[in-house]
Amino acid sequence: MSKLSIVTKGFIKENPVLVLVLGTCPTLAVTTSVENGIGMGLATTFVLVLSNMFISLLRKITPNEVRIPIFIVVIATFVSIVDLLIQGFVPALAESLGLFIPLIVVNCIVLGRAEAFASKNGVFDSMLDGLGMGIGFTIALVIIGTVREILGSGAILGYEIPFMKGNEILIFVLAPGAFFVFGYVMALVRFLQKK
Amino acid sequence: MAAKESSLLKLVLTLTLVSLFAAAALASVYVITKEPIAQSSQKKKSNAIQAIIQSYNPETGHIQSETVNIEGEEEPVTVHIAYQDETVLGIAVETFTNKAFGGRFDIMVGFDVENDVVTGTEVLSHGETPGLGDKIDKKKSDFPTQFNGKNLAEMNLKVKKEGGEVDAITAATISSKAFCDALERGQKAYLLIKEKLNLNPEQAASEPNKNEEAAL
Repeated sequence: MSKLSIVTKGFIKENPVLVLVLGTCPTLAVTTSVENGIGMGLATTFVLVLSNMFISLLRKITPNEVRIPIFIVVIATFVSIVDLLIQGFVPALAESLGLFIPLIVVNCIVLGRAEAFASKNGVFDSMLDGLGMGIGFTIALVIIGTVREILGSGAILGYEIPFMKGNEILIFVLAPGAFFVFGYVMALVRFLQKK
Repeated sequence: MAAKESSLLKLVLTLTLVSLFAAAALASVYVITKEPIAQSSQKKKSNAIQAIIQSYNPETGHIQSETVNIEGEEEPVTVHIAYQDETVLGIAVETFTNKAFGGRFDIMVGFDVENDVVTGTEVLSHGETPGLGDKIDKKKSDFPTQFNGKNLAEMNLKVKKEGGEVDAITAATISSKAFCDALERGQKAYLLIKEKLNLNPEQAASEPNKNEEAAL
């Protein structure tokens, strides 16, 4: 597999949310607006690249039987460190991303990639995989967030859309709306892939 | 990954080592970031005080902080009194709730001592869901501004669904109710500190020279 395809496979072909159906919980929760989607996506990408790197570095000394606990310890430690560093040194970023960081620990994309890719591949390839998967996650969140924000809040990136404002469909901001949009986007991606 | 069976000793040893290393890394980062985090939270608090007590000027005025114990509660509430010379400009109560969706959040509520009304609220820290409960922050929605200019003692601090006066955040009733809980705690602390300072509306509203007498 070429280096480029390791990155790009995460965008559509093996998109973590729309094709692998990982990390649906944060997807449903934070996609009420595009801004939240971007925030969550970027924070996750950052963690994915570095957690894949650590898991890959440790793969030779990780015994098969206890790999999952080791992955979880590494990921949770890493996320907590990132959280503390951001709070301490970049408080402005903590204000906008702070909420998403604890959610990343429970995002199964991170554990999923550790298990499926980083534990079997080299350090550089694993980081590329993390980058691609992170971008794919961000793409999915932005697509779902865009639909939900336009239909549910009548706005895009916080800017009101004249016709939609006042005609919002509230259900799209709520959990059921998240499932509707998620389902349709997933179906669309499957349809395009089959063609 | 090697397919061969590993011995129990090796498993225990690896897991222990990884955990020890993780704990050490976490502890050292905690020590390094403790001071900057405390500083930035302090800065956030002073910014919040300034935002909700607008007449307060940090260069000429000063803040006096006190803790108030509310009856029947374990944790004391910190109260910041903003002064310009001897005049009380306003009182900022650092209140909290434990009934939030994300466990706990901390907000700062400003009170106008003349009219006993809320002058503003600022969220200090919270763990509510992005896009839903995080609307307790006035940057995200108008929810918190509905309390501005209201006297909380005269307000039915319940969401409309439960017969109160508060417009809850759509799909975040728990966060909305928690916000009311924090406001209620803030109001209690405010009344206690007001009693302690022996401030009554007439005094605070009177001319500066009269205020000096009161201060003596």
